[in-house]
Amino acid sequence: MEYFVQQLINGVALGSIYGLIAIGYTMVYGIIGMINFAHGDIFMVGAFVALITFLVLVAIGVTALPLALFLVLLVAMALTALYGWTVERIAYRPLRRSFRLAPLISAIGMSIILQNYVQIAQGARVKPLPPLITGGYTLFESNDFAVQLSNVQILIIWLTFTLMIAFSWMIAKTRLGRDMRACEQDARMASLVGVDTDRTISLTFVIGAALAAVAGMMYLLYYGVADFYIGFIAGVKAFTAAVLGGIGSLPGAMLGGLLIGLIETFWSAYFSVEYKDVAAFAVLIVVLIFLPTGILGRPEIEKV
Amino acid sequence: MTGAPILQVEHLEMRFGGLVAVHDLSFAANRGDITALIGPNGAGKTTVFNCITGFYKPSTGMLRLVTSDGASHLLERLPDFRIAQEARVARTFQNIRLFPGMSLLENLLVAQHNTLMRASGYTVLGLFGFGSYTRAEAAAVENARYWLDRIGLLPRADDAAGELPYGAQRRLEIARAMCSAPELLCLDEPAAGLNARESAELEDLLLFIREQHRTSILLIEHDMSVVMRMSDRIVVLDYGTKICEGTPAQVRNDPKVIAAYLGVEEEEVDKVEAEVGL
Repeated sequence: MEYFVQQLINGVALGSIYGLIAIGYTMVYGIIGMINFAHGDIFMVGAFVALITFLVLVAIGVTALPLALFLVLLVAMALTALYGWTVERIAYRPLRRSFRLAPLISAIGMSIILQNYVQIAQGARVKPLPPLITGGYTLFESNDFAVQLSNVQILIIWLTFTLMIAFSWMIAKTRLGRDMRACEQDARMASLVGVDTDRTISLTFVIGAALAAVAGMMYLLYYGVADFYIGFIAGVKAFTAAVLGGIGSLPGAMLGGLLIGLIETFWSAYFSVEYKDVAAFAVLIVVLIFLPTGILGRPEIEKV
Repeated sequence: MTGAPILQVEHLEMRFGGLVAVHDLSFAANRGDITALIGPNGAGKTTVFNCITGFYKPSTGMLRLVTSDGASHLLERLPDFRIAQEARVARTFQNIRLFPGMSLLENLLVAQHNTLMRASGYTVLGLFGFGSYTRAEAAAVENARYWLDRIGLLPRADDAAGELPYGAQRRLEIARAMCSAPELLCLDEPAAGLNARESAELEDLLLFIREQHRTSILLIEHDMSVVMRMSDRIVVLDYGTKICEGTPAQVRNDPKVIAAYLGVEEEEVDKVEAEVGL
């Protein structure tokens, strides 16, 4: 029982990170119908920007932890959003009217470019960050097993839920959210009523990248390491989460992220760590066989 | 207000590869008028609409639109979202194109994007609830309610647009176009698929739009009774060229139009061709 609760906490923390990345996949898919395979690497860039900002802040003597965290969050979101914008501008927008596979290929190209760029600029070695947020709470203790909720986990879960609520509000209530949904349903029509679709698509990438940057920073705080390759596996997992939840659906991405995080954690806890990725992907396959549009995806009903 | 042209189409040509869909077409639509564009199927009417609204870029020719502030816009040079924003042209489609998953209210709010963009100073300030933006948003909702009420769909404001019956979707599409405050409203077969009562409601709505909102209307329609009753001027197309232009009475009696629509008896072909000048 204690062991179970502990794994539940770990799983939710991990799932939060996947969920934030998955939103980027699902938003871009919703609006332009392509999988942005460079999104995982945008997450990796976010982690690196966060790492560098931490080191710079320490070097110039900003040591108050809440202030430092806040500044790192802002800088990481801003710079990573710029990366997201640039990727869309140079790799996808010129191919907007092209055949469907073209932007997919250029997305894979962009992913390789970002990985190698960070590898060359930062070196291939794993970069450590000393644990900044330590301590936590012992929830309860029995049979020599203490259920721990660490401060990092609290931060991750709190930040994720705050961002997801803010983000859902933005999509549901604001003009930008309305424009995004209109572009998602019929981009050509949206532009005929005066919506600048290119700008809306750019903003989608910017927001997706900013959320991925938050995920990157949290990953860095949680695991304390980053290298140029973390984007690949995290990206594939988050993509799986988006598909599992129903690609194109925002609550689906959040739910899918949580599920993938939980499956992975429980599998490693009760079965074998080596096969945790196999478990996550196997669940994806099973879900897709029985629910081809994902858990919360809307099936397309064709009217005749 | 009637008189000065709002839209001038000059020598419009649209080719798709070897196919000439519209050939050397010139006509003008006057401000405040309902101008109908008619012709048999495949005559190129919708292609003309697509050129005017920026869906297609014409092969050659000029499309000049003069807004009420006197500014003149060359539509063939503007990207489509700026045609809606600056030249104030809105359109509806033959096969309805609403945002089916969004509510009726939201459909109408999206169309007021530009008013809201201006209110927020083209930034994200609107997100933070600045007073002027909040007022603009409230005004947009009020405007949307006004149109929903006018088309009789106010009770369904929060339903998804895709769930509406066909006739109601047509009305909503017109309301959405009107929410972008257009000076020229282009309607592509608005009466298609409507029953007699719905068709009469539609005529009322269009007359209301013209009288109360002073919006000029460009209309494609196959229902001749609607066209003859409503139009101030009619332009008749056949095989991409203009074969006649004038008032409903003139068009009705034009032999070329009758020939294009009804065809002619075998033995009359020579006679009609001689009249037509072929």
